[in-house]
Amino acid sequence: MTWCLLAEFVAPTTKDFVWPCWGGGFRILGFSFCLNFIIFLVLLSFAAFLLLFYLAFRQPKIVPSGLQNVMEVGILFVRDNIARPMIGPEGDRFMPLLSTLFFFIFLGNILEVIPGVNFSANSRIAFPLILAMVSWVTFNVVGIKQHGFIGYLKHVMLPPGAPLWLYPLLVPIEFITQIVIRPITLSVRLAANLLAGHFLLAVFFLGTIALLQSGILAIVGVFAFALSVVLVGFEIFVSILQAFIFAILTASYIGGALAEEH
Amino acid sequence: MLRLVAEVTGNLDALKTVGRGLVIGLAAIGPGVGLGILIGKSVEAMARQPEYAGQVRATMFIGIGLIEALALFGIAFSFII
Repeated sequence: MTWCLLAEFVAPTTKDFVWPCWGGGFRILGFSFCLNFIIFLVLLSFAAFLLLFYLAFRQPKIVPSGLQNVMEVGILFVRDNIARPMIGPEGDRFMPLLSTLFFFIFLGNILEVIPGVNFSANSRIAFPLILAMVSWVTFNVVGIKQHGFIGYLKHVMLPPGAPLWLYPLLVPIEFITQIVIRPITLSVRLAANLLAGHFLLAVFFLGTIALLQSGILAIVGVFAFALSVVLVGFEIFVSILQAFIFAILTASYIGGALAEEH
Repeated sequence: MLRLVAEVTGNLDALKTVGRGLVIGLAAIGPGVGLGILIGKSVEAMARQPEYAGQVRATMFIGIGLIEALALFGIAFSFII
């Protein structure tokens, strides 16, 4: 990381995503545990999440105002656009999970565009992977509870209406797409979006600085700066969209696991 | 073919850089077409049946998420190369 104004353009690399430990950590079974910038960001978004909900719903009023109003709009959005359309009338049972996923991912993502932080912990694959595992365990457990273990496997692997001779082909494909691929795509989608967003912003802002200092090309730098500001807005949109997509896909997987045979 | 190009350029790192660019560019073609069709059709559906706009939009975002992942796999793999 170089904080000074660069005379020449230095392209961002994947090394920008590796942060050193703050102080010593400890090692357990070959894994090293320590506090670094990424863990700090996760704790920061966790603290922001707790604080936001505590302040909003500390003394809930019948007629909401201020922060409570804003948070209620957010939660109603999750209920009316994610939980109920995707899961159905049983969706309210899963509201705690879905709204937590939505707000936690959103708060983690938005750190990408907050000045001075400019990095989202979700652009490392580990945290989206953990969130995806939460979603994976939830929809499998819900499905097994609903149909029983054998019934759930049948529900997943034997789609009704397919001809009998297709089953040898269909069973492995359905198993892989529904059980194996889902957590991978959930996590890679979130991580790759934020990784690409970080690269995009870094390239544009570093490029702006380099162009502004390069004589005649400074006029291009002005346009590059204008586009960089637009891209910050785009990244805010992407962070909301990714939180929404993560929550809505989790809801649709849960809805699929709960659905009765047709 | 690749060996020939490597011998001509004499530099495998240069080939890797070309490969990275190609992966990102090629991975963006299919999802670009897909997103165009998906969003265009969704707008058409919303214009025809405004009362189902919310439902169409929710389904559209699921589709966007699924399609977009393909392009992003390309970006993620370009760093692994």
